[in-house]
Amino acid sequence: MIVAEQKSMEEIYRICSPYEKILILGCGTCVTVCDAGGEKEVSIIHSVLDAAQARTGDKPHIFSEYTVKRQCDIEFLEALKDKAGEIDAILSLGCGIGVQSLAEVFPDIPILPGVNTAFMGASREWGVWDERCVACGDCRLVDTGGICPITRCAKGILNGPCAGAKGGKCEANKEMDCAWVLIYQHLVHLGHLERMRQYYPPRNFHTILRPRRLIIKTEINPGGK
Amino acid sequence: MAKSLFEEKLNSGKFIVTTEVGPQKGTDTSEMVHQINLLKDKVDAINITDHQSSVMRFPSLGGCLLVAELCGEPILQMTTRDRNRLALQADLLFAYSRGIKNVLCLTGDSIEVGDHKEAKSVFDLDSVQLIRMIRTMESGKDIAGGCLKGNVEFCIGATAHPSADFIEPQLIKFDKKVESGAQFIQTQGIFDLDALSRFMQYAHQFNVKILAGIILLASDRMATYMNNNVPGITVPPNIIEELACVEKDKGLKKGIEIAVRLIKTIKEENLCHGVHIMAVGREKLVPEILEEAGIMT
Repeated sequence: MIVAEQKSMEEIYRICSPYEKILILGCGTCVTVCDAGGEKEVSIIHSVLDAAQARTGDKPHIFSEYTVKRQCDIEFLEALKDKAGEIDAILSLGCGIGVQSLAEVFPDIPILPGVNTAFMGASREWGVWDERCVACGDCRLVDTGGICPITRCAKGILNGPCAGAKGGKCEANKEMDCAWVLIYQHLVHLGHLERMRQYYPPRNFHTILRPRRLIIKTEINPGGK
Repeated sequence: MAKSLFEEKLNSGKFIVTTEVGPQKGTDTSEMVHQINLLKDKVDAINITDHQSSVMRFPSLGGCLLVAELCGEPILQMTTRDRNRLALQADLLFAYSRGIKNVLCLTGDSIEVGDHKEAKSVFDLDSVQLIRMIRTMESGKDIAGGCLKGNVEFCIGATAHPSADFIEPQLIKFDKKVESGAQFIQTQGIFDLDALSRFMQYAHQFNVKILAGIILLASDRMATYMNNNVPGITVPPNIIEELACVEKDKGLKKGIEIAVRLIKTIKEENLCHGVHIMAVGREKLVPEILEEAGIMT
């Protein structure tokens, strides 16, 4: 899933300040799970922004709130079309994809990002998320014991460890395990160490020319048969 | 015919001594010139480091040109941290055209440990892929398959880490480096000669010359700092204790003694094919270390 982190309230307040009527829009999928931009966070931010302007005495902003199932799916944004005439800006608590989908559907409304999209990852324990995939477009996890060196090695190298790890921890971040030590241990466990002994040629970055577009290859036949 | 003077020496069977000079941050090359002049006739080759510890400096290529101009034998350190495959190939073409024929292939320290922490890491290739890329270039083609006008030939080196706490993955990487075409290895700093001997038992099966990395320590504090901050270097507790036991201003003398002792033992016991001395800013002491170790090149 996509993991995001809420921007500071100072930044959120600052980017909202030019606008009067602001819709705080949550997203019911990834950012809900990682507690960055779901219905609950929408409500909290709404309260904090209300309180912030109450302290100043004047009330230049009118905040409203709503949460859609997925901001990245244009069909779920249809429900907002009725509200579009009443708002000056949308504070999106969706990921960067949600923000851009909104910008496409509502070209006349400024979309303000309320979270920093961090990475694609998994929950390690409650409140802790670890990056697991960089969407390189050329998955080699079969050869690395299900542990991605492109994501989890700070250098993203393919032919084994650098010499920098100490005590199994990465030279770039001592909190993180050396991916190549993990890969080695898991391949030993699986009895597939020969995969680590293979030479892996340089990555083909042509597969990830940005921006990418994926067109489904299976035939679509809505009528059946 | 040997590709370089250094390759000739590697194949001569003599005990090989290399050292390294780290370029300055800036254009004033006087100190580097002084160090090169001091070392060039005392060692078999001089590495010029490539933004060591990810700290931006005068380039390795520029330092190697200076070594060549001063009639020394340069080893171009080349990391994959800062340049993609186009830039690496271009620099290799330029190096060869100017008589630089030894190259040490490195992945390079992480940007995180250096002084430009906000920079983008490249790592388009790793060290093994870099070695293979050079061998491909030697066949007359760049790695996209394009024909090269004029040949290149390099004596290729790489690094290994005999004291790593997880040694098996390091040995697999070492295998790949040698199989890809590395002719010599300059190891990470060695303090534990048992670890070196174990590594050599393994490495002897390969046709590659191993030069043990010798780091000049100046104090127990420096050793502890390196343990905490410098990737790839682990100074064992007995060495730190040895440094801590001497009076405060005698640390460097003790460090020299340790380096001399390591070099002498390696040579006398024929543990490996030579040494690579890393004096970490005290390059002017390298001749003294060599003399005390009884090494004449």
